[in-house]
Amino acid sequence: MSLLDGFEEFVGRGTLDELRLLGARLKDRKIVTVNSTAVGGGVAEILNRLIPLSRELGVDIRWDVIKGGEDFFAVTKRIHNALHGKAETFTAHDGEVFRETTRRNVAEMDLDADVLFIHDPQPVGLIEARKAGRGRWVWRCHIDVAAPQQDVWQFLDGYVSRYDASVFSAPSFSRDLSLPQVMITPSIDPLSDKNRELSEGEIAAVFDRLKIPRDKPIVTQVSRFDRLKDPVGVVVAFRLAKKYNDCRLVLAGGGATDDPEGSEVLRAVHEAADGDPDIHVIELPPTANLEINAIQRGSTVILQKSLKEGFGLTVSEALWKAKPVIAGAVGGIPLQVTHRYSGILTHTIEGTAFWIKQLLNAPDFARRLGENGREHVRTNFLLARHLREYLLLFLFLEHRDERVIRLDAMAPDRASL
Amino acid sequence: MAGPPDTQPQPFSFMSTLDLTLLTSRRARDLAELLEHLRIVSGSVVYYHTHHFLVQHQYLSPEPPNDFAYWVTNVLQEDRLGEQLAAIDLIQFRTIRSLRERIIEVIEAYLNERQQLRVAPEGEEFHFRESVSFVVPTMHVARTLAEFADCMERIGFGSLTFHFFNVRLRLERGGDDFSEWCRSLGEHELADAIARLDPYTYTMDGLRKEVVRLVHRRLREKQR
Repeated sequence: MSLLDGFEEFVGRGTLDELRLLGARLKDRKIVTVNSTAVGGGVAEILNRLIPLSRELGVDIRWDVIKGGEDFFAVTKRIHNALHGKAETFTAHDGEVFRETTRRNVAEMDLDADVLFIHDPQPVGLIEARKAGRGRWVWRCHIDVAAPQQDVWQFLDGYVSRYDASVFSAPSFSRDLSLPQVMITPSIDPLSDKNRELSEGEIAAVFDRLKIPRDKPIVTQVSRFDRLKDPVGVVVAFRLAKKYNDCRLVLAGGGATDDPEGSEVLRAVHEAADGDPDIHVIELPPTANLEINAIQRGSTVILQKSLKEGFGLTVSEALWKAKPVIAGAVGGIPLQVTHRYSGILTHTIEGTAFWIKQLLNAPDFARRLGENGREHVRTNFLLARHLREYLLLFLFLEHRDERVIRLDAMAPDRASL
Repeated sequence: MAGPPDTQPQPFSFMSTLDLTLLTSRRARDLAELLEHLRIVSGSVVYYHTHHFLVQHQYLSPEPPNDFAYWVTNVLQEDRLGEQLAAIDLIQFRTIRSLRERIIEVIEAYLNERQQLRVAPEGEEFHFRESVSFVVPTMHVARTLAEFADCMERIGFGSLTFHFFNVRLRLERGGDDFSEWCRSLGEHELADAIARLDPYTYTMDGLRKEVVRLVHRRLREKQR
């Protein structure tokens, strides 16, 4: 069975036919995609999935990684933080380190292609290799650059403004740019350990191992122990709801061992939990995908009470398991949850508590939200949609001024049929 | 009564539409800003915000309202205006221009009675987006009504979107393609029945089933 065929049960034959058709349109184009690492991190993870699928569609795509020393990656780490709005020092020397590494990569890499698809700030300078009239360049920005440190943005904009198009994950992540900005949201892989179907036995085994009894409804938040995910707010909301509804809370996540701030947040969570046997605080390693899957599938209601968020793809993970989700209306979450149709959006601890009670007391409504949520993810947040939009993006580069683009070889108006 | 022959030289080739979303950098925090942008954005922006729910939420019934109504109701919490915007009857409009004018008219009328504007919380501004539609052929071709019913059961939602919504508003052909083709076969009653459907009040799957039901009914009549 081909890789693509594995998706048929989730998205249907028609969607795969559409992908094949788009692949055929791109057969004679050479595409090169570049990022800064082959392993680790969300970008590498998604490229590892998308590249083989694209090739199976007949798309000639090559994935390259830029090379850089420690000094270069120290600079790009500061650039990353500054783009997120954290104050960082960016010196003329930093700029020179960036330019020098860029020059070396430009000299060593084969960047002669029809489409150059460049991810994030680290390789953005490869645009220096642009030759007149050859190749279209796209900058794919995976991070939120809505409120960056100005001097750092100005430095990057010297490169970004020379691209043909940019791609952002959400409207709120983008900036005013003079080039077309395409919105392509991230996606989840329904075949991965974190999202694949699990048997009741597999779910029960994880709950047993983690010593979480399943004797009452379970309210869960899976996320790093990070203040911006508001785990202490979750405990407070749970206590408010628990006055009227007997239930358990599971707070599962990582980030406490390698991050001093994470340890502090974890301490605050334990303090807020105050030894309550119905509150289960579980520390998980980054590889605990199967455990996360089982915890989500065994939960009654799932929370993502973030105060600030990137895209917040854990929401799609929960919705894919047809769970009713209550989430903060921040970052990319409102793209995943339409309030009262496919989940609940809240702004406060009290609002979260109110909706926990509502969903526990109205299981039919909660089930409908979950079912709608799963269908919403099926249509909008699975890997197949992500792949389709990347292929459309490559085709769009040749039609940037058009808004209705006909890819059929037939006459433009087939109205007589 | 014998109907017209169900085989015609002109087959119906099903097309499909695949959409890419563009960001416009335009955002509104209140109704005045929403109105200001609405007057000048492209027709593809208006199309996106009145139609993307159809594709993104094709499983929901009743359909959520258009994006403007959703934002006004859920973010600005101006329920009365939200209801008025949700009630705009999209099927009545033959052009995006006339649809845009109606949305503007409804908001203007509401603003004329209001002095104070509610402001969206930070992070919940209305972001204007734009739809780029790629029209692609499918493998499905019908030469007879029976083949047409068979194809209808197999096509993707993108085909329904194209033949019902894109051709009417984006390509301004006046009506949907399906009823036009039935008319070309001399199937005027069936054509009228399909043309009378309000596709905005069905889920995509419900819409598909309704067209299939109408065609099957006609096929049974012809067999009598």
